Amino acid sequence: MKFRSKIIDIGCLNNFTRVVTTISKLTKTCVLRLTPDNLYFVLSGKVSNGGVAMWCELAQANFFEEFQLEGVSVEANEICLELAPDNLSRAMKTAQNAKAVKIKLTKKHCPCLTIAAELPTMSSVSRVVTHDIPVDVIPRRLWNDFKEPSMPDFDVSIYMPPLKIMKNVVDRMKNLSNFLVIEANMNGEMNLKIETDLVSVTTHFKDLGNPPWGGDGSQTGAASQRDLETMVQVRVDIRKLQQFLMGQQFNPSKAMCNIVQNTILHLILLYEDVSLQYFIPAVA
Amino acid sequence: MPLSTQSQDSDAQYILVASLDNVRNISNILKAITFKDHAIFSATPNGLKVTVEDSKCLQANAFIQADIFQEFTIKGDSVGFQVNLTVLLDCLTIFGGSTVPGVSTALRMCYMGYGYPLTLFLEEGGVVTVCKINTQEPEEPIDFDFCSSNVTNKVILQSESLKEAFSELDMTSEVLQITMSPNQPYFRLSTFGNSGNAHYDYPKDSDMMELFQCTQTQTNRYKMSLLKPSTKALALSCKVSVRTDSRGFLSLQYLVRNDDGQICFVEYFCCPDEEVRDD
Repeated sequence: MKFRSKIIDIGCLNNFTRVVTTISKLTKTCVLRLTPDNLYFVLSGKVSNGGVAMWCELAQANFFEEFQLEGVSVEANEICLELAPDNLSRAMKTAQNAKAVKIKLTKKHCPCLTIAAELPTMSSVSRVVTHDIPVDVIPRRLWNDFKEPSMPDFDVSIYMPPLKIMKNVVDRMKNLSNFLVIEANMNGEMNLKIETDLVSVTTHFKDLGNPPWGGDGSQTGAASQRDLETMVQVRVDIRKLQQFLMGQQFNPSKAMCNIVQNTILHLILLYEDVSLQYFIPAVA
Repeated sequence: MPLSTQSQDSDAQYILVASLDNVRNISNILKAITFKDHAIFSATPNGLKVTVEDSKCLQANAFIQADIFQEFTIKGDSVGFQVNLTVLLDCLTIFGGSTVPGVSTALRMCYMGYGYPLTLFLEEGGVVTVCKINTQEPEEPIDFDFCSSNVTNKVILQSESLKEAFSELDMTSEVLQITMSPNQPYFRLSTFGNSGNAHYDYPKDSDMMELFQCTQTQTNRYKMSLLKPSTKALALSCKVSVRTDSRGFLSLQYLVRNDDGQICFVEYFCCPDEEVRDD
């Protein structure tokens, strides 16, 4: 099992740092899955984290100058590591203006992801800052837990309103209620609703547009057969939605939201070649 | 449910309708009196008065005149109800209460009458939020019976000068002592804290002193914990009038200028701290 990689370009470094910081805001621990072509940050929907699941996919070629990977075996050429993304985020922050950053898997007192940042210097002696982040290597028999989640057969798919506006609204609603109902239709309308003994609040967004799925034939089922105006809703823990809106630093080019009636809220952010999916389960 | 189409046909059923282009003109002033959840609203054709009280010793009133609103329609002489002020403020600032120039939230506030919720329609950038806040039976505000004929001492100060003093007040002191006198020290704020006593004196001919009308020497103590919420009003205001009456009751009146340069008033009444004697 071997992994060594290198980032040189400052733009790539910044983007990678931003992705890692976003992940660190969304979860305390996650799994980093490395394959010859991609990196994945994965959180599987366990009861212990309230059923929230996350899947973030990056093409290594867009970030790394060098990327050498030797997986656990020839037929399973992958490595799965559990780590605290906050550690990685802090290490990347100290490497902000590095000339080069090397990330490799090392064996110290325990398995570590070692981040070595070569910082600019005035003299001929180079300065290198090294962070060792302890990781757990996940054995192959558990890999099944970290497979890409299948796209739910959603009832409605809609583009999200500007995330900043949505964050403001959700922040205030969180002061008033623990749960939020999010509903949308295929006519580009989305409502956020809370209701308590003291107050009921509904925010109406319109003209959001609905993403044209179905080109690949996978998502033509439920959504297209529905009446355009019919609202599909899901009730979620408002803190989980707030965490997602607070944490994201993507400034995504596209943000989409899929809803399976009373089952799941599926959020997708796209930024260049990075995609982040976030699943929030419904509460009764 | 856009604001424009929603409002016209259904207006008739409301006994109170108030609209505002910039919600900050009301949310800011309400923040200045937010120290308890319950707020008593009383509307008259002159405008809106919002009252908040604490421990029967402190009362804050915010006055928002009818002409602050772009529309202010009331059926009858007065309309009263009580709502949770914290909830109302969260609703008013649902879009984040942006201070960016050119971005403002429009508000339309409607009330159908006893037993109905207070309905707010808020709009910013084409996004509409509808809030229905449950109302309660209005309590009768305490009458502090503070009338200008009983006022013994009065000063009007630029808020700037009092802000400085209040930001440096020794909060470990249980009371704030206010001395007003026609002779020295004229106007004095005193604290008695863990690290000693402190006095702030304002000369009567200071630039900051707009008016000085003290007829007799008066020294009264007020609970610091009661006066603390008034610093929110002070922070917003440009002028403040400090008055005491013959019983030692304190009246603080703040003149607040909103984003559009209009003037509103916030008023605090506070009972003096009576020393209990053990006989």
